[in-house]
Amino acid sequence: MIKYGDELGVSVADAVTISARNVVKAFGQGAGTVRALDDVSVDIRQGEFFTLLGPSGCGKTTLLRLIAGFEMPTDGTILLDGADITTLPPNRRPVNTVFQSYALFPHLTVAQNIAFGLEMLGKPAAEVKARTAQMLALVKLEAMAGRKTSQLSGGQQQRVALARALAPQPKVLLLDEPLSALDLKLRKEMQIELKRLQTETGITFVFVTHDQEEALTMSDRIAVMSAGKIQQVGTAKEIYIHPRNRFVASFIGETNFLTGTAEEGALRLATGERIEVPGLKAGGHATVIVRPEQLRLGPAAEGVLRAKVGSLVYFGTDTHCHLALADGTELVARLQNPASGEAGLGEGQEVGIRFAEGAVQRVED
Amino acid sequence: MSPAEQNAVRQSARNGWLLSVPALLVLALAASGPLLIVVYYSFLTANDTGGVIRQFSLEGWRGIFLTYDIFDEEYRLADAHLTIFWRSVWLSLTTTLVTFAVGFPTAWFIATRPAQQRAMWLFLITIPFWTNLLIRTFAINEVIRNEGILNTALIWLGVIDRPLQIVYTETAVLIGMAYVYLPLMVLPLYATIERFDMRLLEASYDLYASRWRTLRRVILPIVKPGIIAGSILVFVPSLGAYVTPRVLGGGKKMMIGNFIELQFLQGKNWPLGAALSVTLLIIVMGALLIYVRVANRDRSSDHG
Amino acid sequence: MAERSFEISRLPGFATIAIAAFALLYLPIFTLVIYSFNASNSVAVWGGFSLHWYADAWANQAVKDATVRSLVIGASAAVLATTLATLAALGTTRRKAFKGQTFIYVMINQPLMVPEVVTAVALLIFFGIIKVATGYQGLGYLIAAHTAFCIPFAYLPIRARLESMDLALETAAADLYASPWQTFRRVTLPLLAPGIMAGAMLAFVISLDDVVITEFVKSGGQDTLPTYMLGQLRRAFTPEVNAISTMLLGVTVVLLTAFFLLTRKKD
Repeated sequence: MIKYGDELGVSVADAVTISARNVVKAFGQGAGTVRALDDVSVDIRQGEFFTLLGPSGCGKTTLLRLIAGFEMPTDGTILLDGADITTLPPNRRPVNTVFQSYALFPHLTVAQNIAFGLEMLGKPAAEVKARTAQMLALVKLEAMAGRKTSQLSGGQQQRVALARALAPQPKVLLLDEPLSALDLKLRKEMQIELKRLQTETGITFVFVTHDQEEALTMSDRIAVMSAGKIQQVGTAKEIYIHPRNRFVASFIGETNFLTGTAEEGALRLATGERIEVPGLKAGGHATVIVRPEQLRLGPAAEGVLRAKVGSLVYFGTDTHCHLALADGTELVARLQNPASGEAGLGEGQEVGIRFAEGAVQRVED
Repeated sequence: MSPAEQNAVRQSARNGWLLSVPALLVLALAASGPLLIVVYYSFLTANDTGGVIRQFSLEGWRGIFLTYDIFDEEYRLADAHLTIFWRSVWLSLTTTLVTFAVGFPTAWFIATRPAQQRAMWLFLITIPFWTNLLIRTFAINEVIRNEGILNTALIWLGVIDRPLQIVYTETAVLIGMAYVYLPLMVLPLYATIERFDMRLLEASYDLYASRWRTLRRVILPIVKPGIIAGSILVFVPSLGAYVTPRVLGGGKKMMIGNFIELQFLQGKNWPLGAALSVTLLIIVMGALLIYVRVANRDRSSDHG
Repeated sequence: MAERSFEISRLPGFATIAIAAFALLYLPIFTLVIYSFNASNSVAVWGGFSLHWYADAWANQAVKDATVRSLVIGASAAVLATTLATLAALGTTRRKAFKGQTFIYVMINQPLMVPEVVTAVALLIFFGIIKVATGYQGLGYLIAAHTAFCIPFAYLPIRARLESMDLALETAAADLYASPWQTFRRVTLPLLAPGIMAGAMLAFVISLDDVVITEFVKSGGQDTLPTYMLGQLRRAFTPEVNAISTMLLGVTVVLLTAFFLLTRKKD
């Protein structure tokens, strides 16, 4: 991780904007204590679109609130550009938030909302005015400047929240599931819009979501979280293709799990069948994954594994074929539909399974 | 609407009226209706032995501000009356301010307690609210009178060596009214603050506002309807206060309410008393009208 | 080490003021209660615990009469006001807005808006005319006046209860062959009962507390407890008044606690 800074010839402190070190956040006291964050360490680089991804209750929002300053960690430190901001109150952190509920001030107009942070920073009136106008243009809401925020649509409110948080030019912009209240079409539009704003402003974005598709399409890097811990940090490709453990593999995309005994370079299943897994060392128990689109079906005699077709579910572009191995292990294959629309399979049919090159990955449990 | 539906709506409205009529009748006879008689009496001639002579006169209304000097045979500004009006308005406004200064932090405190504790704190506010006004006035009297616990404590501490004369002063009336009307300020403020979206505070702090600026720029503007409601609820009964100034003002520091009583129960001047009552009513209705206006404006601007 | 917390909703000094406010709210009440148990003849000196002011109050025929009168007026006004308010609440809730509905609301809430002393003056004049015309001098005037100003207090909890009731329950009853009257008797009324009880208690407390209107409307010898106490002020302050106040306070607290238990939302 440190290599990144070294390669560019800049110091680590310059490259890393936010650094969480051994952060613990516990709620409640005594026996009822819940550890929302359990020894979390992560570095967020300057100018990147960084996503915290995980199911609800995994601690992603807590981490965001710790960075914003709404909560303070029970233990550990948070650095911003190398400076310790762990106990700094939120109004003294050069960090702004786009709230899930938007939290727009109902008594102020759109323009007044956007100007709020600049005014609180004591900027001269002329600068506040110019910057507000610039922000209105950036989110294409010039026509709405004088409206009360309750008169706007959900998408427009979202833009005001963005403009308001961007106006003071924060070092980091925190976004707490900002798209969750929007309908699907608007959400897709806003995803592109957000990415554009991030590229244009060059501000570091820390984005919280439980939606893996959102995370995969927008992020430079993703931290997958579960049970108060960071499970894996990497680019979208890295975490999809090389998930580190069972949780990441199952949370990102669909996956088939196969377990068995590890042999030299292969996995022996309970059915006695053997799958080649390059690099696997002999001894003990092991789990491998194969994505459904990496399964190839053919005549029963030609496959690595022999299976029986359970049910076929038609999805338009492809068909999901549910398969059962001899010991009952279930697998799913996603087969692209030919032009005729028929996959050429029948329920109850015996088939042979082969795997695409390099598709079988070992994961930790 | 089909004729059948129209019929159903008409019948529903008729039933609504029929069910309400008994209550309306009692209210018309024992509350609202007699108010009209007060207006009528304010235009009659005073009878020196109490009551009225049924003869049109504007003396009652003139008497509010002017007094007839029998030696100079001319009208003069009624200084004593003006003093009472001024005292009523001044004390009511100050009471409103004092209850707000104490009531707002109290309401905020209750509204920001954990949900299961809130009912308990609220209950503690409502007990005094429903307790007899007279009893509460007696109670505050126990504290501030010359032999009361405040003076006793101050003398014992050596701060003073003679009791402070608080009762029978305007300060006593002010303390008493602030004490008895405080719950009327806290309750509507609490109702508004409870609906206040606390996430807006996070947004405000996130945008570099200090606590003080968050209070001034975000909290106060948003809870304004509650502030107005509380102020009206305190101002209106303060202006018409009768019991508190009578007990704590000792008959010397009169307010409009006591002045009205004087005209009737001491049998001095019924038309003047009636005119004063109508004036008080008009002021109160004016205040309520302002409240309704502001409340409606806030509501309409909220929803576009 | 720096403080590891940032409480979002805390405002500096507010908690202190609030706690002080609660203390100041209750200090006078506790003082009053404690003094009512004071054995000393002087109101300034604590002479040990005693119930003799309660005994004095109890032995005082005027106090007894005033107590009975307060209870009679309070009970009558509460029953009448609650009955009328229940009917009005049934008439004004859960139906399409109709012409005059606003007028009914304003009428019902009117006693809350008009300064008490003005209503008192109005009733003094109006009932005075009737007294002369009919010669009737009884408690009826006080009961009528109390009923009128208790109506809004009884109306509010009943209406709130009605509005939170599920209309589907009555539809279900009708579906199960209940006539409108049976539906009302067997479904609406039992569901409404806590609201009615709450309304009746509030009305009773409000009637028991009234000073101003009673003071103006009463004929000679018709003192209620509050007007009796107010009258005592002309003489020196005695702990007997404290004893009566404490008893009234006790009744209020008991009724209010019951009211809260009745209207409390089930978790």
